[in-house]
Amino acid sequence: MAEVSLNGVRKSYGQVPVIHGIDCAIADGEFVVIVGPSGCGKSTLLRMVAGLEAITGGEISIGGRVVNRLEPKDRDIAMVFQNYALYPHMTVFDNMAYGLRIRGLAKADIRQRVDQAAAILQLAPLLDRKPRALSGGQRQRVAMGRAIVREPQVFLFDEPLSNLDAKLRVQMRVEIKRLQQSLGTTSIYVTHDQVEAMTLADRLIVMKDGVAEQIGTPIHLYEQPATVFVAGFIGSPAMNLLDGRIGSGGGIECGPLRLASGGLSVAEGVEIVLGIRPEHIKPAASDSVADAVVVVELVELLGADTIIHGRVGETGPVLLIRLDGIANLKLGSTLPLSLPHDRLYVFDRASGKRLA
Amino acid sequence: MESRSGGFAWVPHLVLLIGAALVVFPIYVTFVASTLTPSEILAGPMTLLPGSHLVENYLAALTHGTAFISGQPVARLMANSLIVALVVAIGKIVISLLSAYAVVFFRFPGRMICFWMIFLTLMLPVEVRILPTYQITANLGMVDTYGGLTIPLIASATATLLFRQFFLTLPDELVEAAKLDGAGPMRFFVDTVLPLSATNMAALFVILFVYGWNQFLWPLLVTNSASMTTIVIGIKSMIGGGDSQTPWHIVMATTILAMLPPMAVVLLMQRWFVKGLVDSDK
Repeated sequence: MAEVSLNGVRKSYGQVPVIHGIDCAIADGEFVVIVGPSGCGKSTLLRMVAGLEAITGGEISIGGRVVNRLEPKDRDIAMVFQNYALYPHMTVFDNMAYGLRIRGLAKADIRQRVDQAAAILQLAPLLDRKPRALSGGQRQRVAMGRAIVREPQVFLFDEPLSNLDAKLRVQMRVEIKRLQQSLGTTSIYVTHDQVEAMTLADRLIVMKDGVAEQIGTPIHLYEQPATVFVAGFIGSPAMNLLDGRIGSGGGIECGPLRLASGGLSVAEGVEIVLGIRPEHIKPAASDSVADAVVVVELVELLGADTIIHGRVGETGPVLLIRLDGIANLKLGSTLPLSLPHDRLYVFDRASGKRLA
Repeated sequence: MESRSGGFAWVPHLVLLIGAALVVFPIYVTFVASTLTPSEILAGPMTLLPGSHLVENYLAALTHGTAFISGQPVARLMANSLIVALVVAIGKIVISLLSAYAVVFFRFPGRMICFWMIFLTLMLPVEVRILPTYQITANLGMVDTYGGLTIPLIASATATLLFRQFFLTLPDELVEAAKLDGAGPMRFFVDTVLPLSATNMAALFVILFVYGWNQFLWPLLVTNSASMTTIVIGIKSMIGGGDSQTPWHIVMATTILAMLPPMAVVLLMQRWFVKGLVDSDK
């Protein structure tokens, strides 16, 4: 087990930079999830840690040892691929044992390690099968087993659950988390699925266009997003983001929606993005005390909660409101809302940075 | 495809039978002729029932041959053919596997140029380059040697291309997983690429064995002595100018013998052959 540190890690393909300098210190035993939309460079970053991509600039070290120039096999890591990359002609046992054989471990040693991993992953009855005779979830487990038997310092996961169906994905997510907690191995996990990211991570790195937008615990990112992008990316349903500006007297104006600033120290006339999470909007007692009154346009009944799509005024912005339980509102009816001041996020529209 | 409209089920069978008869009949006649004496063969309409000289004729062919091939036993020519066919087939597979592996899995300068040069040679059949090839072979003193018979036939653009296409279907992650497991390029080749190519190799072996066995023009050029020639050339040489001189019973026996090894290869490897052509076993 080891800490991993990224110091100003950059990557470019020819003249095209794809990763613009990432700094992150990952503690021993920590589970870090790199999350972002496709094409943001998250997989490239992981592959650089693995040694599958050359590092253009900066430094990656694992366990205090700079690995920039080390071959993947010498980095003491194990990786789980999205398509599992099992050797199709080898049995489950051989798939897991292959790396150990190359390292020249004794037969009995290999047997013991594979059996142990197979027991953890419930693969024992499948050891003599070929990958094509396995289901997706089982293949996924074999890929994990191949990583575990090597007892590496770091696990790298490259979207390992993307090829599974939704139900299995949730189940495997729990298994991965449990496994990582019991093994205590430092892990870096790449995904585009923010729910997966939130549930697995000790810490999240949210990436966009080759830049780490924000690094922090899932709850910190949820409560204190540093940029509009992070605010919109973390949380489901996504945060309401409304274009607006700071009006005279420091009030917030988003079309017909007017809110008192609540002591905001932003200059008048600044173009802003106002953010509020659907779950933080509450129904108000009456129109007169409401911050906004919306016309219900769409009601999504999910059972545990209800998502209301409500428009502010005739042509104003649409707000998503999440209400507990079943709230079967009539379409076209009005709903008075209160937008708690302490739950409002204000971002600078030009830079995307959070102002308050 | 399962629909068999009652009364017409025999139609496809009839067509198949006619087709099979067309192919098999000449071979049957050859076989019958190989069991007769020369005078029986030449006597008016030849009988279509096998005669009684089967063992005698085949033994004569195998051990003595005919005067036209300087009395070289056919067994010797078959051994020559077998060596040529095996060396060509195996050599082609080995060379094309390695070159396809290099072209697909390694990034080296001029990689695409190498690939296109290999690809271009596809357009040059043996006949086009046969004179310069002969010149080189002769200068190297390889006329009438197994080396001369086989080496110029070994390089194969087709097989290289075939393996290249197959290798391209292997997912990149497989290579990367092997890298992480610590397998070097040769280890990956032996442990992963070779086993996965097994069916393709088997299919190619069948095709190339038959190709090597049936070579005519090149062995004709590059062999002078009767003892180095191949069975296909042997059959041709046995047929003399006038009918009276040609020992047809021996020629026919030799022809049947010449058909056996390719047939055996096809039959024995049939299962693999079909698998390699239709199945991507991944």
